Amino acid sequence: MSPTITTSSEANGNVSAATARAAAKAAVAAEQAGPQTITLAKALNTAMVDAMHADPSVLVFGEDVGMLGGVFRITDGLTKTFGTSRCFDTPLAESGIVGMAVGMAMNGMRPVIEMQFDAFAYPAFEQIVSHVAKMHNRTKGAVKLPMVIRVPYAGGIGGVEHHCDSSEAYYAHTAGLKVFTPATVADGYRMLREAIDSDDPVMFMEPKKLYWSKDQVDLDALRAEHAANTERGTSSEGRAAVARPGTDATLIAYGPSVPTALAAAAAAAEEGRSLEVIDVRSIVPFDDETVCASVRKTGRAVVIAEAHGFASMASEIVARVQERCFHHLAAPIRRVTGFDVPYPAPKLEHYYLPGVDRILDAVDDLQWED
Amino acid sequence: MTISADHAAQPAAQQAAQQDPAGDAVSKFGISVEDYMLPARHQIQMVGPGGTLNAHTEQGTQPGHEYSLPSETELMAAYEQLVIGRRVNDQNSALVRQGRMAVYPSSHGQEACQVAAALCLAEGDWLFPTYRDSVAVMARGVDPVQTMTLFRGDWHGGYDPAKNKVGIQCTPLTTQLLHGVGVAHAAKLRGEDTVVLAMCGDGATSEGDFHEALNFAAVFHLPVVFFVQNNQYAISVPLAHQSVAPSLAHKAVGYGMAGERVDGNDIVALLAVLGRAVKLAREGSGPLLVEAHTYRMQAHTNADDATRYRQDSEVAEWVAKDPLSRMQTYLTDRGLLDDDRAAVIAEKAEAVATQLREGLSEEVPVEPQDLFKYVFSTPTPQLKEQSAMLADELARDAASTATASAAAASISREAGK
Repeated sequence: MSPTITTSSEANGNVSAATARAAAKAAVAAEQAGPQTITLAKALNTAMVDAMHADPSVLVFGEDVGMLGGVFRITDGLTKTFGTSRCFDTPLAESGIVGMAVGMAMNGMRPVIEMQFDAFAYPAFEQIVSHVAKMHNRTKGAVKLPMVIRVPYAGGIGGVEHHCDSSEAYYAHTAGLKVFTPATVADGYRMLREAIDSDDPVMFMEPKKLYWSKDQVDLDALRAEHAANTERGTSSEGRAAVARPGTDATLIAYGPSVPTALAAAAAAAEEGRSLEVIDVRSIVPFDDETVCASVRKTGRAVVIAEAHGFASMASEIVARVQERCFHHLAAPIRRVTGFDVPYPAPKLEHYYLPGVDRILDAVDDLQWED
Repeated sequence: MTISADHAAQPAAQQAAQQDPAGDAVSKFGISVEDYMLPARHQIQMVGPGGTLNAHTEQGTQPGHEYSLPSETELMAAYEQLVIGRRVNDQNSALVRQGRMAVYPSSHGQEACQVAAALCLAEGDWLFPTYRDSVAVMARGVDPVQTMTLFRGDWHGGYDPAKNKVGIQCTPLTTQLLHGVGVAHAAKLRGEDTVVLAMCGDGATSEGDFHEALNFAAVFHLPVVFFVQNNQYAISVPLAHQSVAPSLAHKAVGYGMAGERVDGNDIVALLAVLGRAVKLAREGSGPLLVEAHTYRMQAHTNADDATRYRQDSEVAEWVAKDPLSRMQTYLTDRGLLDDDRAAVIAEKAEAVATQLREGLSEEVPVEPQDLFKYVFSTPTPQLKEQSAMLADELARDAASTATASAAAASISREAGK
């Protein structure tokens, strides 16, 4: 594959449709056709590869994302395939990475940048809050910042201090940022493509404990779905998904907590209780409609998240559902979240993380006797 | 669009045009790379406070740090902008006093830096200003009234950055330097010869983004000129509490770039130093750092009281170094400026002042629904709900106002019977 992509000099470097199709074809040929078992890591990597083939203005940079392929190998092979101009290592400075991406996005590029770990993104907080989130607003839409900030987040991997924070609420609380978090392998591909396509900045929160989770997906079908969505101007953005249908109560979860919620629902089924699991997917924009439709149907809900519960996304979800579904509720909505303590050391994290038992206890508390 | 595969691999033509000023200086003058990167021993000054041209040997130049005098045309264009800039500063301060503007951080006394920063750039180049750099923004061609939108309080910005290639006037210190670095990086990857001039003040050099921006620009070898206006104070805190470096320009060598100090009230030297820096950057030298010594003649903003932290005598010393009066003397003595020419320039400055007075006196109605329009390219369902809520509130307010005034009218009719 040629490392140099030459196209017409259109604004923003949009490639012609023919070039995009040819590139996509080449990428497809390199993959084995049909459904295959891949990891979330591979799905994310493939999304970047396909987006970079489709649009030469897509650039990937950050710490160790080049020759190493990222500490989690999510950018594996990008430098080799696309050269050091399109996937490169930066000096070790997160504010610098985000600030430079702002300038590049102002000048025709679509940067996809990596913050190595959740807590390592904090030096970039000022750039994210004061500029990434606000540039479109302060310029009345004259400047768009089509950039994706990828953040490996949350715990469950036995990580040491500063490697396991659930930082999504900081970003969700900031007006002007979209916040996505995939929980499945297919959504890893689908949602990262959509994040890169977005003309608004996206905080892309990747549950790091799910990087090596596997699923059978058909990448060709996902590519076809993306192409069809692009043609129609539609997407899955801002929509929650019913991860498991049920009738008795709703478990609302996102990112790393979705598999936990599914495990709890499976255990509850054995006890004869049918739990519906909603995967929030998009924290901002939030899909009130899907979440509330489920709660209106079941009349009971538990919100599950790894982050501390106090002033959290879980609190926000409870408030929103309660405001909209009060007369359908048979019991107060419960939250199962991390405790309000700093993320614990590896040997203590299993006490902290929401688990199946704690979720089932909360479900048991939903006033079934009435 | 072509993006070359590797940073090192550049088109042959560009490579041929690229210079290595450090290498040139080393071989030509026999100086070390460090001596090239470190600023000259003295600041560069061409026209002193008295308005006379310094002898060539008294300009602060030394081997590897040579500057030539700008042309008469450049000098006259700069002088015109200086006069306009001073008028803009004074007019805006007056408008704040009259309550027509929320706040104005004046660059009174720093106009030479403002004007030179704008004039040293070509059309395709970018300027990244701070909140105090309104005069530079206007000198770059942005509409004066649009520039003042931020300070009038209608919206957080009033101009499209892409139109004149001027970034937003940035308030969080030095964050904009990184945006400049990104703009330069994108341009370089596309093989464009864009140069970026990114501005900040002395206090801002203490910020982390100052370090990150200079380092990124140097590592990626980007055409960025970092221009520090050292006006001696960060609100109330003097430079001595920000840095004990020999000078701010000395910081350049730590990043592997060249630094220079210049008299920030001498527009002749500023045009020469910034002009050369932009030229070198365009030719591929990588980034450069220029520190201008100037003085903020007025308080930080109208909300500040400068008498609490500095002496009148210190301010008086700087009155004698005023950038305008020295240029007026110099140009008059050179026979470039006479009463007629001065009158024409004064008239142009007055026209800009009138534009500001009229533009800022006009009652521009704000549109409440704008609150929701520009958060995202497409409003989220939540923002649509909130927008409908505000619309409903306003409709009810309007209805009750209408009812109240109808009632009042009815009462007065009754009373009139």
